[in-house]
Amino acid sequence: MNRIYLIIGLILLLFFQVFVLNNINFLGYINPYLYVLFVFVFPVNKNRFPLLFLAFLYGLLVDLFSDSGGIHAFSLLFVAYIRILFIKAVFQKSDTDLSIFKLKSEPFGKVFNYVVILTVIHHFILFSLANFSFQNFSGVLLNTLFSSVFTLILYFFGTFIFSRKPQ
Amino acid sequence: MQQLIYFIQKYKYFLFFLLLELVALFFTINNHSFHKSKFISSANSFTGGLYEKTNQFSEYLDLKKTNESLAEENARLKNEREITLSILDSTVTLSMNDSSKYHQKYTYTLAKAINNKFSTSFNFLTLNRGKRDGIDVEMAVTNDKGVIGVTDQISDSYVRVRSILNKNSSINARIKGDSTYFGNLKWDGRDIQILQLEDIPRQAIVKVGDTVITGGKSTIFPEGILVGTVSSINSANSTAASTIDVTLFNDMKNIRYVYVISNLEKDEIRTIENQSNE
Repeated sequence: MNRIYLIIGLILLLFFQVFVLNNINFLGYINPYLYVLFVFVFPVNKNRFPLLFLAFLYGLLVDLFSDSGGIHAFSLLFVAYIRILFIKAVFQKSDTDLSIFKLKSEPFGKVFNYVVILTVIHHFILFSLANFSFQNFSGVLLNTLFSSVFTLILYFFGTFIFSRKPQ
Repeated sequence: MQQLIYFIQKYKYFLFFLLLELVALFFTINNHSFHKSKFISSANSFTGGLYEKTNQFSEYLDLKKTNESLAEENARLKNEREITLSILDSTVTLSMNDSSKYHQKYTYTLAKAINNKFSTSFNFLTLNRGKRDGIDVEMAVTNDKGVIGVTDQISDSYVRVRSILNKNSSINARIKGDSTYFGNLKWDGRDIQILQLEDIPRQAIVKVGDTVITGGKSTIFPEGILVGTVSSINSANSTAASTIDVTLFNDMKNIRYVYVISNLEKDEIRTIENQSNE
């Protein structure tokens, strides 16, 4: 049952991203890239092939709508791959703990660090690829900063609103 | 052999990751070359259809603006028609021959932009016209205020347009007036209102406030389509040509109805140009 919710949620998130968030253009060009939360909500498994492949596919779908080649697929896949390192480092989990790992049951401070790090990495790679040259590096950094802040605000407000309170 | 299997077993995730990353990179690089971007574009029936659906909703939000701009264009066209008619009346009618009177070089097709991007360095639009409507790649796209881009990817009923706000775009343009010095209109990826007119020779006289129009030296754009006004001139001492900043007439954030212009003599011109190479 949980899995069905997840799939429906992710499809809705995709449409929300390409039809609403891609057209916000705050101050002319700043967009949030909330679809990165795919990597946060995808369940942690021992077999990582589904995560990697679906992250690639999900990014490619965003690319399809934004006419951007493969930049979203590249950056989303990258954070999906390095996710495990940060789960181990930030939450200090060993391999055996991973099977019962859930982001919801972790303290907010650690979750915050984890989400911020991965989001900034994702956005940095995304804008570097979107820029497609070594010039205008300051523009890449500024874009990364603004969009990351925007995405993170949306993400934390979203989780705050949608999370069910423990009874 | 055993070692190889062990190696693959150990690094299977990394190898899989690397493979997919290379595929993504391939798509990205492909998207930047003019004729090859076959795979990932919004000009397919799936994304195009979805954009069309969402567009039906958002269309209502700026009906008023669309109306105003259409009315403005109507007025301009009526004025132009009056001018042409008066010229014909007074002088030329008797010497007009039929072939030049009925000779048509360009056809205009009305299209609607169902998707418009302007927030990256490589922007595209999607239009609701395709092969079925006689659209092909490398056709000019304009609206009442000026140039918008060149078509680049095509499916049966949708076409993707390489916007002028794309670092790979280059359009032949010149300053309106008597001089025929022409340059290339490009975008540096910074300000979406300002384009750069490059390779204008230094002897050309350019003032801030001059109007920039398309040059007609390509087979894509007709001559004299509006682009914008000159906002600043940077002539570096070391080069023979100066770069001119052009402020667009068009608001690229707000594009709805556009014209796709096809040149009926494109093939003829191309054939001649290619022959002279030998």
